[in-house]
Amino acid sequence: MTLDRRQFLQLAALGGGAVLASSLPGCASMGLGKASDDFYFVQLSDTHWGFNGPAVNPDARGTLPKAVAAVNALAQPPDFIIFTGDLTHTTDNPVERRKRMAEFKEVAAQLNVKTVRFMPGEHDASLDNGKAFQEFFGATHYTFDHKGVHFIVLDNVSDPAARIGDEQLGWLAQDLASQSRDARIVVFTHRPLFDLAPQWDWATRDGAKAVEMLMPFTNVTVFYGHIHQENHHMTGHIAHHSAKSLIFPLPAPMSQPKRDPLPWDPANPYRGLGFREVEAEDKGTRFGINEFPVKA
Amino acid sequence: MRRSRRIVLAAGLLALAGGAGVLAQKQPRVIKVSARRFSFTPHEITVKKGEPVLFELTSEDIFMGMNIPDFGVRSDIVPGKTMQLALTPDKAGTFTFLCDVFCGDGHEGMSGTLVVT
Repeated sequence: MTLDRRQFLQLAALGGGAVLASSLPGCASMGLGKASDDFYFVQLSDTHWGFNGPAVNPDARGTLPKAVAAVNALAQPPDFIIFTGDLTHTTDNPVERRKRMAEFKEVAAQLNVKTVRFMPGEHDASLDNGKAFQEFFGATHYTFDHKGVHFIVLDNVSDPAARIGDEQLGWLAQDLASQSRDARIVVFTHRPLFDLAPQWDWATRDGAKAVEMLMPFTNVTVFYGHIHQENHHMTGHIAHHSAKSLIFPLPAPMSQPKRDPLPWDPANPYRGLGFREVEAEDKGTRFGINEFPVKA
Repeated sequence: MRRSRRIVLAAGLLALAGGAGVLAQKQPRVIKVSARRFSFTPHEITVKKGEPVLFELTSEDIFMGMNIPDFGVRSDIVPGKTMQLALTPDKAGTFTFLCDVFCGDGHEGMSGTLVVT
């Protein structure tokens, strides 16, 4: 008996492998839709290579390699992988910053997938306006197309004030002008484009301008990082999905006075860490999300 | 005619006096806040609801920001300059102010508490 990918995931979910398929609008459950022209990609986020804090992750250098091994062990390889920022943990030292990026790149090179894409987080880019990031990974904002879906990578971190900036917003407007109103569009950002919790700096100062530009398009989904946990939010018909981290989890928005990392739980190592598969269904008009934990 | 002129003058003087009173009431209280990586001094500030305050912001090191999201106000904090941020809080409670310009490893903890009584 041959299992297609969706059947495999359903079985894995029964066995505790795949964890979640969101039922939010814009985020279909597994088992629905046709698989003919569908594809999937993997989102990894907030790896913070170079972080040192045993109280929140005593295996800081081992967590990303474990995730890489888990991705490589997937039954079917994804079409592509994207890291949505904070690849490295920030440092004032430009030499150390580049060392961390080089080491991160070496680990990421172990992924057995041809297309791996990167974008910066504020830890990578805010102290030098993305200079070191560009040396190692190229442009901080760009677009690409895959199987009929238009992907837009937005940079809301190279400006330390968390602005996309007028120049990039102009570039976005120009890009969107070439898209039909029913184009299938996926946006990747590091910070949330909406005011999730400005009290914790979980916002983009001019993110509302980008959302306003995207609003006329009927099929838009945003995937982002930054907040080290899953969060699902709608701005109108646009779904925003944040990803877990691969270094330490953060508390739910405004659930405690400070956004301090959640402590490591020796009884449940790697709790709250993970990566996700994002499955494009119905030719990219809907997305199923399957969360995977990091295992010891 | 002369009497009515005196009344007008008196009324004008009263208005001026009243106006001065209003002006005096509206003079904001100046609160100096110093920022350095990765803290604000003071980090807890108490003001009264309806009291106009003017934060005078200075940085001891690099470019930063002070944001009080619950009141929708913010200012850059530029090294070598004194920046001003005006606020008349219209609600009581305990609120967060934070640095909203990424300033390094510790930025995430750079916040303070505004208590409005």
